[in-house]
Amino acid sequence: MIRILYFASLRERLGGAEETLQECPATVEALRAQLAARGGVWSEVFDGEQHVLVAVNQEMAPAGQVLQAGDEVGFFPPVTGG
Amino acid sequence: MHREVRVQAEPLDALAETTPVFAANAAVGGVVSFIGLMRHLNQGDPVEAMTLEHYPGMTEKALNAIVEEALGRWDLLGVRLIHRVGKVHPQDPIVLVAVASAHRGEAFRACEFIIDYLKTRAPFWKREQTTDGRSRWVEARASDVGAAAGWEKKS
Repeated sequence: MIRILYFASLRERLGGAEETLQECPATVEALRAQLAARGGVWSEVFDGEQHVLVAVNQEMAPAGQVLQAGDEVGFFPPVTGG
Repeated sequence: MHREVRVQAEPLDALAETTPVFAANAAVGGVVSFIGLMRHLNQGDPVEAMTLEHYPGMTEKALNAIVEEALGRWDLLGVRLIHRVGKVHPQDPIVLVAVASAHRGEAFRACEFIIDYLKTRAPFWKREQTTDGRSRWVEARASDVGAAAGWEKKS
């Protein structure tokens, strides 16, 4: 099982702040492909030109990062603090 | 070594929050602080208020990692990094970076480094409300990415 969190404009577009998946995809890239395959706004967000950042267990992660059961994955747009 | 990293929903008294970075440490020869304020205009539109969202847990980790990196690069005697979340209005302080060191050079560079890295690495997002009642997410700036990249260590 993995926990997925969505923030800011992504949360609004996707219509939810979090969800859990029972099956854990192998990598961040595989998870993104799985989400994009839902179609509609999901494919626009995860398959389109929008720049989406990923954190695994609250640290920025590359697409190839391996996922493990129990991980927390956060998806969000480029940050705008400060 | 004084160190404080904090995310808060309460108003930020940036001047009062600066003092502890050098208080009671006679080795400090200089303090450099940056106070980021909310502006009343963005992309030409009057802005009435802004709401800052963040990723609780990751935010604190990211801010601490940036401070660690600064401590590794420069000889510092104190660092305070405090960031607001929630609703803010024009002129409200959003972020305070205060750095103390024995001599000014280290403090100047570390302060600029911390705010430049924060702009591209800390998970905060701004949603602004314009005076005509509209609301929109603030877009990230390419110039911020360029500023942070300028600090990347050359291998």
